[in-house]
Parts: sequence; C-alpha cells; structure tokens
Amino acid sequence: MDSLYQEVILDHYRNPRNKGRLDPADISHEDDNPLCGDQIRLDIRLGEDGRVAEVAWDGHGCAISMASASMLSQEIQGKTLEELLQLGKDDILEMLGIELGRARLHCALLSLKVLKTGAFGLTAWTGVEES
Amino acid sequence: MPSRPTELLNVAAIRADFPLLGHEVYPGVPLVYLDNAATSQKPLAVIDAVNHYYRRVNANIHRGIHALAERATEGYENARRKVARFIGSGSTREIIFVRNATEGVNLVAQSWGRANIEPGDEIILTEMEHHSNLVPWQLLAHEKKAIIRYVPLDGDRCLDTGQYDALLSGRTKLVAFTGMSNVLGSISPVKEMVAKAHAAGAVALVDAAQSVPHMPTNVVDLDVDFMVFSGHKMCGPTGIGVLYGKEALLEAMPPFLAGGDMIRRVTLEGADWNDLPWKFEAGTPNTAAAIGLGAAIDYLGAIGMDRIEAHEHAIADYALEALGELRGLRTLGPPAPQRGATIAFTIEGMHPHDVAELLNRDGIAVRAGHHCAMPLHQALGIVATTRASFYLYNSTDEVDALATALHKAQKLFRVG
Ligand SMILES: Cc1ncc(COP(=O)(O)O)c(C=O)c1O
Repeated sequence: MDSLYQEVILDHYRNPRNKGRLDPADISHEDDNPLCGDQIRLDIRLGEDGRVAEVAWDGHGCAISMASASMLSQEIQGKTLEELLQLGKDDILEMLGIELGRARLHCALLSLKVLKTGAFGLTAWTGVEES
Repeated sequence: MPSRPTELLNVAAIRADFPLLGHEVYPGVPLVYLDNAATSQKPLAVIDAVNHYYRRVNANIHRGIHALAERATEGYENARRKVARFIGSGSTREIIFVRNATEGVNLVAQSWGRANIEPGDEIILTEMEHHSNLVPWQLLAHEKKAIIRYVPLDGDRCLDTGQYDALLSGRTKLVAFTGMSNVLGSISPVKEMVAKAHAAGAVALVDAAQSVPHMPTNVVDLDVDFMVFSGHKMCGPTGIGVLYGKEALLEAMPPFLAGGDMIRRVTLEGADWNDLPWKFEAGTPNTAAAIGLGAAIDYLGAIGMDRIEAHEHAIADYALEALGELRGLRTLGPPAPQRGATIAFTIEGMHPHDVAELLNRDGIAVRAGHHCAMPLHQALGIVATTRASFYLYNSTDEVDALATALHKAQKLFRVG
C-alpha cells in the first residue's frame, strides 16, 4: 500500500532503542510540538575524544516522531559535534526511508530539533524551511 | 455490528447533490468525508449560486444605481433575510455579515467588550471553548484587567453546569460558551445557561459554529444576546459568517472596523455611523459568499433542520456503538441524544496522527490533534484526539467503513 508505516518504522516505535535517561549528561534538552503534543527529551554523554559516547531519549508521540528519535539515537553514536551540526532534514528522511508531507515533517524532525537546540542552542531551528 | 437506526435521511439522494462526494480520493479509493466539524462540503445549489453571481450579477453593493449593482445588493440583502428567518430573528438589523465565527467573536469583544468591560469585571467561559471563543476574551481581559472564570468539565462528557451556577455572580458581565463542543460533541443547555446569565445581570454570547449547522435554532426562544456562526460549516462557502446581536445592544455599540459602507456621512472632522446592520460591515463584503450562504440555508431548510438533527442523532448513536466494539478505543462526550455527531476518541497505543494518517490511506478524512481546543485537552489530560464528525450526507455504511479501517490500523500497530 504505502511505505509510511513500513516494518522498520513500526519496529522502532514498538521497540524503541536507547530509550531512557542519562543523569548526569553533557547535553540535555527537551522540546515539544504543541500542535500534536509530541514531546522528546534527549540526553547525550560525550567521550574524552569529544565524540558521542552515550545517548538516551525519552518522550511520547506518534510513530513517526518516536521512530525518528529512536533511529537518530543510533545514528549519532560516535559522531563529533561538527558531524552533528551537519545533520539536516534530508539525513533524517534518508534514515527513515520514507517520504513525508508537510504536516508530518514536523513529527519526523522533532528529535533533530531537540538535538540541535540542545547541542548548539539553535533555538529558531525547525528544519522544515531548510531546502 | 450494531443494528441500523431507522430515522435516517435519504443519504443516497442527498449525496447526489454534492459533487465532491462522488469523487475518489486516490484511484479506486472512494472518499469517506468525516471532517465536517472542520468544514462541510457544498451542494451544487451553493456552487451554482456563487458561480451564477460571478457570471451574471457581479457588482459592488450599496454603491451603484446600475442594474447589476441593484441585483447584487438585492442578492446580498436577500441572503441576510434568509439568515434572519433561519435563526428566528425578527429583523435583518440584527444580522451582521462577518467572515466567520471567529470574526464575530472578535467584533463583540472589541466593540461591546471594550465599551462595557471594566477592571475587576468577570467573564465566564468554559473549558471546552474553541480558541476562537477564548483568545479574544483573554486579550480583552488582559487589556481591561478583567477576570475570566472557566466552567469546568464534568469528567470527559460535558459541562459541569452546577459549577456554572456557582461561578455566576453580580460581577459577571459576560458569559460566552459554545452551543455544541467541537470535540466532545456535547450540546450545551443554551436556553437555561442564557437565562441564568441574564438573572445574574450578564450578557450571553453563544458560539454556534457547531450547533447552527446541525439543529434548529431560534434566537428569540433561546434569548441569546449575541450568537456567531460560520457559513462554511453549514454547506455554505468559506469567507462568510454571521454575528447575530439583539438590536438594542448592537445599536449602543461603537463600530468595529471603520471605512466605507459603515458610515452615513463623513467630514474631515469625523463621521456618523450608518444604520444597523451596515454600521458593522466596513468595506466591500464577500457578496458572493453571502449569496452562497443564502443558497445553503435554502438547501438545509428544504430538507429540514429537525430531520437533519434526527439523522445525526441516529448516526451518532450508531457510531458510538460501532466504535465501542473496538478494543482500546475510548470515545469522549455524552451519549446521544445529548450530543451531536462529532465524535472524538483515543486509541490505546496509537497516536491520533498515526490513526488519521492510516484512515487517510483508506480514503477516510478525519481530523487529529487538539481541534483548536487545547485547554479542553489539557483538562482531560490527553494531548490529542482523533475526531470523526458526521453530517447530513454521511451514512451508516461510512460508519462501518470507519470502524473497519480503525480495526485494520490497530492490527498494523498490533494493538486492540
Ligand atoms: C466551536 C467552534 N467555534 C468556532 C470555530 C471557528 O470557526 P471559524 O474558523 O470558521 O471562524 C469553530 C470551527 O473551527 C468551532 O468548532
């Protein structure tokens, strides 16, 4: 029928990876999408080499936002802050392997927004207008 | 499946009047339109009326003496007469055309409110208001240092009217509430609530955006002071809505927007206001949409609002029962007949966005989110709901299609 709810997305939704909290953490941030009530919190610990050593996330929301957070938490393991800064909308869509309409893009990008605001304080970043 | 109700309109015949309903959403997927609380579809009679206006009539109203201007003005004012009759008002002076219900509330807040609300005055709203009957009052209260009190919900079903009684006092200047909740589907006891507001010396505004499209309404019987609704939710075009106000109140109110049409005479020193209702209609209005609304009223009136109401009660009953058979699904709001056919629900283990997205794949249009009623969802402790809202052209077959598609979605998510 369609690929939006393909098995890999549903699998991450049902069995989220790296779900939980890290306390203390080097980077902690939480944000929500008031329109649909999705909420995501992300905790990151950096290693001595400055790379992402541990990631945990928590939150609630639709399958797309939850799967996106779960996949992102795997994706960023071992990455440097510079590499995180480079992550954009297209990386998330590629990671999810689906195409999304405007309305659902916000869901898919919430975890990345939390990551970017937490790590870099990019408060105005929504990613949606980014080409 | 629940047994089919009897008191139903001839849905097949009605559907034939709505061109859009006959089309497939995706190839091979027929449309099941259950987002009527957001906006309704339009019958051919309305589409034709708008079309005819632009093809044969179009001119600016109240400003010309040529034939087209005469006809356009007559069409516009005739639509006003139809609205007045439809809601039982005795005078077209009480019918103000606005863009939508939202503009109607803002008009009252800015005009009546700013002239009448003073520091310390109390405004009573309810927890189940649509943002459009909430935020204009919050702005006004902030400006005037007035106090807003909210009638709470009685569980997840309807208003706690006992609390309403307790909130009313000599300080209450205004009570504003919805005639029917756009989430719970609950029908407010409008007449009683208005009478109690009056007994406390307060003015009462009813947000009838969800009630006027679905049931007979008589402003004299209800004794409301102000009432607002939108044309687009009752088979009319977008861009036209109605503010009803009692003549004496409207007469005493200062203008809302200023400009052409709303004045009698202008000098460099000032202006005199036009008579009602034009005092509140500054600038060129949406003439075509007003005429389209008139056609919608004719259409609904020919079927009969009482029959539409009965049909929707039957559909609501049937839908509540059909949805109730799905495991993990919880509907909000009271049982029929205290409710209309707007049914919000939650499904355990599924976010409303996923529900709506999956229903969409089956051609079923519903809405997911907070439905512009965030405080209501906060009060219920839920972030969002899925909402199926029915109208005169919806059938029990479509309820079945909804239930089947929901069950399928649950299976995909392995819940229920
Ligand atoms: C109860 C209620 N009030 C007001 C509105 C606002 O209607 P509109 O957007 O047409 O102004 C709506 C519709 O969304 C509604 O459901």
